[in-house]
Amino acid sequence: MKATAWMGADSVKVIDVPDPKIMNARDAIVRISTTAICGSDLHLYHGYIPAMRKGDILGHEFMGEVVEVGPQVRNLAPGDRVVVPFPIACGHCASCQRGLYSVCENSNPNAGIAEKIMGHSPAGIFGYSHLLGGYAGGQAEYARVPFADVGPIKVPDEISDDQAVMLADVFPTGYMGAEMCDIKPGQVIAVWGAGPVGLLAAASARLLGAERVIIIDRFPYRLRLAEKHIGAETINYESVDVLDTLNAMTAGRGPDACIDAVGMESHHGNTAMYAYDRAKQAARVETERPFALRQAILACRSGGVVSVIGAYGGFVDKFPMGAFMNRSLVMRTGQCHVQRYTRPLLERIQRGEIDPSFIVSHRMPLRDAPKGYKIFQKKQDDCTKVLLKV
Amino acid sequence: MSRVDTVLLPELDGPVPATLPRALGLLSLALGVGALAAPGPVARMTGVDDSPAARSVLPAIGLRELGSAAGLLSGRRPAGWAWSRVAGDAMDLAVLGRALADRAGDRRRRVALTTLAIAGITAVDVLAAVRTGRARRARARVIQMEIAVTVNRSPAEAYRFWRDMENLPRFMAHLESVRADDLRRSHWIARGPAGHRVEWDAEIIDDQPNKSITWRSLPGSRVPNAGRVRFVPAPGDRGTEVRVELRYAPPAGALGRAVAKLFGEEPEQQVRDDLRRFKQVLETGEVVRSEGSPNGISVRQQAMQRPAQPLPPSRR
Repeated sequence: MKATAWMGADSVKVIDVPDPKIMNARDAIVRISTTAICGSDLHLYHGYIPAMRKGDILGHEFMGEVVEVGPQVRNLAPGDRVVVPFPIACGHCASCQRGLYSVCENSNPNAGIAEKIMGHSPAGIFGYSHLLGGYAGGQAEYARVPFADVGPIKVPDEISDDQAVMLADVFPTGYMGAEMCDIKPGQVIAVWGAGPVGLLAAASARLLGAERVIIIDRFPYRLRLAEKHIGAETINYESVDVLDTLNAMTAGRGPDACIDAVGMESHHGNTAMYAYDRAKQAARVETERPFALRQAILACRSGGVVSVIGAYGGFVDKFPMGAFMNRSLVMRTGQCHVQRYTRPLLERIQRGEIDPSFIVSHRMPLRDAPKGYKIFQKKQDDCTKVLLKV
Repeated sequence: MSRVDTVLLPELDGPVPATLPRALGLLSLALGVGALAAPGPVARMTGVDDSPAARSVLPAIGLRELGSAAGLLSGRRPAGWAWSRVAGDAMDLAVLGRALADRAGDRRRRVALTTLAIAGITAVDVLAAVRTGRARRARARVIQMEIAVTVNRSPAEAYRFWRDMENLPRFMAHLESVRADDLRRSHWIARGPAGHRVEWDAEIIDDQPNKSITWRSLPGSRVPNAGRVRFVPAPGDRGTEVRVELRYAPPAGALGRAVAKLFGEEPEQQVRDDLRRFKQVLETGEVVRSEGSPNGISVRQQAMQRPAQPLPPSRR
């Protein structure tokens, strides 16, 4: 089959690899119809996630048709149209049973490596480095889906591929980011990053009753999407000072909750600070450029919530612990426990409360994956979200 | 049975064999006293009574033998003292070799007999030195550890799975098979690199249903080992804390190197991985595999990941 493989920093190729086969009794094989490039795939693309190997198949947002199931999979049958959550979760460990699917205790066969860096191991993730399991990803014609009796959900015919594939990662991730803010009537929510996850976090904050949603980015085309589809207020951090503007917008209180939907490769307008973090990251002295996170902490109302859904992989410097501690902030974070959200969010789409596919800007065939990575990375052609059609 | 280190392994916990060193000590004592008290008769008996040097050499040898005797009979560092005897034997054989070349007739016959006797004693000395040294090193190599994992299953379920010893290879990566001979005894086969196989028999010496199992290898095993697993209810209704204690002494030599490879550079990590697989099998039904780690959790495999893409048909 054809598959999108990581070939080194800034290099992906569509290569021929063997077709996947059932390896565990609870596996299913899915023939992929639509798969997406995620912002976190760009972290891999840039080489900031450790433990990648040349030839690793990328992709953790995918859906398609079940073509084969292992002997222990009874809820699915060949022919079912399914969308697959990006965290691989067994459903039976204590974490899964508490709904914490992205920290499944059994799904990372390389837990020993992850423990050395993170203390304990999170769940395995499709196509997301050997640190998180060494699983082949879904930017391919077929994928093996472990624990198919727990993760994938069937998609009804009236839901399009473009809508359904949003349930693999970005919509649940954005939704969890908003949910962690514990939004109360009248509250103002600020979101750093108007990429797919930031936009869907902002949209979810609306769904969950936020009075006002403010979104911060530097790309006017993305900010326009937020205004048009979410009715969000926008701040372009390249033209104004973010903290001053947020204080002005909230009459000095600061947003009640701040969502970091940027993560480890933050960009920002303060050139000297950016250069400092960029240089440390390039020298691998610091693995992240956490500017959005620092700013979210400083901006947040005292006693408010900082919700982190942007991806981080290692260590950050200059963490404003003083502000965080003295102002009674709360931080909530996590890779999304997608399995918890797929059904309720599918129902919200069915009820017409939201169409998350408004973020999609590009659709192209799988063979064009390298081009998709390039334009997504460079933000060319007003790129927000690239779907690959198989 | 409160701890695994109270499980006796005869190879490790019995006294270091001391009979042979003590016998050699007595021999040294006799030789030393003889050479000092009656150098004349000793010189005649050994056929060197014609040599003026023998009169001064024999008392020196006697003193050396008394030294060896004191060391060997003291019971401390028997291997070292046995090797000191081997060194003395070598000196004696060298001297006797020269004496043999210079002599003829009856004297030559007596020197030859002496040489033969010393050569025989040398062989016994080497045997004693090697044996006591090996026993001492086996004790020094003993590896002991305690590793635990929390499993989201009841103590009874975890106990039942472990108590069927034939299940052990499903999560203990280095085991090829375990055959239960009866309720207590089992035969274990571990696989190593390059076709090395290590086999031993084990017996369950304490069995507390749903609480703990203690086992040890039978006497004569080349890899003496003992283990104990306890199944403790985890607080807060979170299943079972499975606490494993292990104790074993890898042998020396090629077999020892094979066993060391079995357990890798970090034996504790290997056991931790075994327990992770135990957890996977109990909670999910089997060992979890990925394309990068097609055989499931293992330190060695983590270090040598294949690319995360489907396996070629030849490797399935």
